[in-house]
Amino acid sequence: MIDWTSFTPGSAIIGGLLIGVAASLLALFNGRIAGISGIVGALFHWKSAPQEHLPWRILFILGLLLSGWVYQLFFTLPEISSKSSMTILIVAGLLVGIGTRLGSGCTSGHGVCGLGRLSFRSLVATISFMMAGFIACYFFLHGGIL
Amino acid sequence: MRLVIALLSGLILGLGLIVSGMTNPAKVIGFLDLFGAWDPSLMLVMGSAIPLTFFAFRYLQQKQTTLLNEELHLPGTRQIDLPLIIGSLLFGIGWALAGYCPGPALVSLGLGSVDMVYFVLAMLIGMKAVDLVRKS
Repeated sequence: MIDWTSFTPGSAIIGGLLIGVAASLLALFNGRIAGISGIVGALFHWKSAPQEHLPWRILFILGLLLSGWVYQLFFTLPEISSKSSMTILIVAGLLVGIGTRLGSGCTSGHGVCGLGRLSFRSLVATISFMMAGFIACYFFLHGGIL
Repeated sequence: MRLVIALLSGLILGLGLIVSGMTNPAKVIGFLDLFGAWDPSLMLVMGSAIPLTFFAFRYLQQKQTTLLNEELHLPGTRQIDLPLIIGSLLFGIGWALAGYCPGPALVSLGLGSVDMVYFVLAMLIGMKAVDLVRKS
């Protein structure tokens, strides 16, 4: 059943276009994939080529960290509602960390960039995490697991 | 120039995540609740982002250098292997569990979310753990 009352097509499309612009900028000017898990994960390997890898990754992450603050200068921040306990947050964080590193990407790298590059590998990854997300969500919300 | 672009790209990406609703876990879980009260909004986020990256990457594939005439650093792996699939499945479960993927988690961390201190630390430990296991 589609929940039309929660459907926000306008902000979804504007937000999506901004994400597309951001990923395209990084690709066109820097020749890099705007994959957040990849950019963060590679920080651990900074020693191999510090000058090449470290500065741009840190600035990209800084941009992400500052984005909420910049948004606040012009608009009121939208509602953020999270009901997760500390334990859930830690388990979820571990799964996301292990999963994105093992699977070489997340929603941005495989989803937005990989699908844009028509990468079959990214299509397989995106279908896998979407399906896992739908099924896990079903069990969490309706299966009485959480 | 490349550093300014990196900062700008992170900033615009973060703004896009906020505007689209992806920084709100309730919204993300509404999208993942396909078998319940499904909110298809996030489908449109990907649907409007991908055409832009499609044209950007098509242009790069033809030109084979960046707009600044520098080397491309695009992944060359084509292989569909078990780590790709198992990793993506684990990521999907973690995503559904708290409603956070890495980007929105960092944006919320920047806004001072204490929740995201736990989540991001656990995420970094998870990433490092995979690196350590792979190395050994």
